Amino acid sequence: MSSDAIAIRAAEVGGRPWVEALHDWITTVDHKRLGILYILFALLFLVIGGLEAIVIRIQLMRPHNDFVSPQVFNRMFTMHGTTMIFFVIMPFMFGFANYLVPLMIGARDMAFPRLNAFSFWLTAFGGFLLYFSFLGGSGLYGAGSAPDVGWWAYAPLTSRAFSPGHSADYWTIAVLVSGFGSIGTATNIIATILSMRCPGMTLGRMPLMGWMTLVMSGLVLISISPLSAAQIMLLVDRYLGGHFFDTQAGGSATLWMHFFWIFGHPEVYILVIPAFAFASEIIPVFSRKPIFGYPVMVAATVCIGFISMSVWAHHMFTIGMDSAANTFFVLTTMAIAVPTGIKIFNWLGTMWGGKLQFKTPMLFCVAFLFQFLIAGLTGVMLGTAPFNWQLSGSYFVIAHFHYVIVGAILFCMFGAIYYWYPKITGRMLNETLGKLHFWLFVIGFHLTFDAMHIPGVLGMPRRIYTFEPGRGWDSWNFIISIGAFIQGVATLLFLANLVVSYFKGPRAGNDPWDAWTLEWSVSSPPPAYNFAAIPTVESRRPLWDRKHPEDPDSRYE
Amino acid sequence: MNLSGVEWEGVARRAAGILFLVLGLLLAAGLCTASTPGENPVPNIFEPHSTPADSIFRLSGFVLAITGMIFLVVFILLVYVVVKFRARTTDSPHEPAQVYGSTQIELAWTVIPILIVVVLFLATTRVIHAIQDAPKPANAVEVIAIGHQFWWEFRYPALGIVTANELHIPVSDPANPTPTYLKLLSADTDHSFWVPQLAGKTDLIPNRVNTMWMDPHRTGIFLGQCAQYCGTQHAKMLLQVIVDSREDFQAWANAQKQLPKQDESASAGRNVFETTACVNCHAVDGTMATGRFGPDLTHLMSRSTIASGAAENTPEKLRLWIQNPDAIKPGSLMPAMKLSDTELDALVRYLETLR
Repeated sequence: MSSDAIAIRAAEVGGRPWVEALHDWITTVDHKRLGILYILFALLFLVIGGLEAIVIRIQLMRPHNDFVSPQVFNRMFTMHGTTMIFFVIMPFMFGFANYLVPLMIGARDMAFPRLNAFSFWLTAFGGFLLYFSFLGGSGLYGAGSAPDVGWWAYAPLTSRAFSPGHSADYWTIAVLVSGFGSIGTATNIIATILSMRCPGMTLGRMPLMGWMTLVMSGLVLISISPLSAAQIMLLVDRYLGGHFFDTQAGGSATLWMHFFWIFGHPEVYILVIPAFAFASEIIPVFSRKPIFGYPVMVAATVCIGFISMSVWAHHMFTIGMDSAANTFFVLTTMAIAVPTGIKIFNWLGTMWGGKLQFKTPMLFCVAFLFQFLIAGLTGVMLGTAPFNWQLSGSYFVIAHFHYVIVGAILFCMFGAIYYWYPKITGRMLNETLGKLHFWLFVIGFHLTFDAMHIPGVLGMPRRIYTFEPGRGWDSWNFIISIGAFIQGVATLLFLANLVVSYFKGPRAGNDPWDAWTLEWSVSSPPPAYNFAAIPTVESRRPLWDRKHPEDPDSRYE
Repeated sequence: MNLSGVEWEGVARRAAGILFLVLGLLLAAGLCTASTPGENPVPNIFEPHSTPADSIFRLSGFVLAITGMIFLVVFILLVYVVVKFRARTTDSPHEPAQVYGSTQIELAWTVIPILIVVVLFLATTRVIHAIQDAPKPANAVEVIAIGHQFWWEFRYPALGIVTANELHIPVSDPANPTPTYLKLLSADTDHSFWVPQLAGKTDLIPNRVNTMWMDPHRTGIFLGQCAQYCGTQHAKMLLQVIVDSREDFQAWANAQKQLPKQDESASAGRNVFETTACVNCHAVDGTMATGRFGPDLTHLMSRSTIASGAAENTPEKLRLWIQNPDAIKPGSLMPAMKLSDTELDALVRYLETLR
């Protein structure tokens, strides 16, 4: 197989010209290298999306500020949202799935290595295309500009009448192309998990990361498809005279909303379920106990996957659906709180009676538990339709979903990097810098997103480039901006830690955390093809069994 | 060595205390920005002055109480676990007891949330029904609200009035309610009508007719703004609802129905108005200006702001708005009229007669 040949060559890199090393990275079909590429791509865009957030927050530091024009501000929030969702969190999650799933299930690579590379480069191409809009957005009109239609790109703002030029096309095509990449990788992950587990690794013994990645990939298949369909319909509208969403020609604005949110809500779970997966791997190891209630955790994840497909219109409570439809979506939305609550309690149960070690990965996961609790409860508030009529479209919603995306997902992403960086690079991250990063980020996060609930309650809508003084919003916005700057500084510390530790960090060894899943049984970084001999497992914690032959897990499962 | 553990617990307890204090202060500060009666209130969803906003406020109190209790219980459990089960140097070197789960406990934390969800769902359903399915009384005031980039058009079909950005409605006496029913339309992109103290928001969507209602219990000016991103100047699509006493509302309506008095001293300005592009977009009743793309100017001077709340309605601001709209509202669809100074002066003088 050609993939073998390339991977073997890659393993021999050392002392060769950088062009050849670069060539190896670009043509690689190795799951670990593609995983690293995904993660680096996501980190690059995390910095870009973060800078956009900083621009937004400088502009909103005081009322009637004129740091940027309304046009630039609108591009900033559109690009910030699109970047963070499609080009930071999704690639990051795919990167870790790519890197870890084969290692965790005892496989030598993904099921389709070439599809893997193809999907990554599609996503990367989508990201760079989106940013090329800054140069080519308005095409022959001249200067160029990024899309400014918001990351949901609601119709009819995207129609030719309201978005002349090509900025909206960059958004559409970038999301469409990266969507195909996501579908490819999701297919690959599903195939890998279903058909490449090592002997003894039944589905019931798979690490929770495997289960959660499986559910996430299923959701990608189901939800990216309608999004892609909608993007194609939008292109038909814009270039082939279609009228799906073109309201001036009788099209429907609400049709786009349904298409978008039937993608958009499962998308939330596509992003958060891998974060759950990180927490479910990290919390047990640093509590020195197995995950509490493994079967229930799996059931709750699958349950969330199914329910998440029936809640989309809770993003649309204000569009004037009738009371019966509103009632239905209130019910489904609240139902999803049950399996989500079960998860929080199971993590709590895992920690209960353990010996908690507050290393940096664990710190991020514990903060995740606190913050996800609050995010879930504000989610319940937003799920009660009448309360939503007040809160939706306001800064309260911004606070709520940043509590999910930053407070839960990004915290788990940081935790995952601190936890698996030693495996990926063979070096430990600096623990002191890590703790400093953690505490600074916690302070910045809470300044920003706790305060952000209040202007929402006081009637401040989202997506406004400036606001009127005298409405009680001024000082809150100032606090929010200060918190954002602190988060920015913390992120710089984190990046510095990544770079410095790569060269100077102490050697990690195979198993620095005394963990229990298969990836810790191989060297750090793992050798080409991961396992010289395919392992055989007898329980959910194969390394526990090896370390405690007198009392193996297999006796209790 | 045990000492360090104790110290740490103290720190954790203090930290938790501080966190509680901060959260409490945040909440209190949010709730207490309430204005004193008599003043025109700043927007606040927890200070309702109309039945729909009030029902939502009551529901939100209930939801906040339940979620607050859940928060307290889980938060305390989490803090307890973090403090109590922290690894200590005095611990034995052995791993803790390996517990894999407990069906009873897991059943408990499945069933209790389900019960809570059922209660919340039922409470919510009642309020949805009460607000959305409220029968329209015969004496309701009907207004058609049309969202434009980036301003509001208000039409009173029964009264034959057309105005913009400042919605006048009568106060509603709970004993004999005269609620206002809004029919919401859009001329271009999506918008959302949101005046937090009067009702929740409802979107204005092209090719779709939405409705909402409100019955303000007190007079005053209630502020709001467009709550659905509608384009470049979404931020300055501000909104005022002026709740008048019944007499004041009647007087206002009567004045709006009159044609503005012709003032011969402003005829030069009127000439400028009627011979330039102004009339393509703006209407003044009783003249040849019948444009509908921009706000109706028949009673421009009866409004306190221009450019949908972006500026005070003063002669200076009017002049600036006509000369260079981007100085007030960059990206608005009002073009710079490129008039000479004399024409500008005359035009502003004419506009000032539109009372």
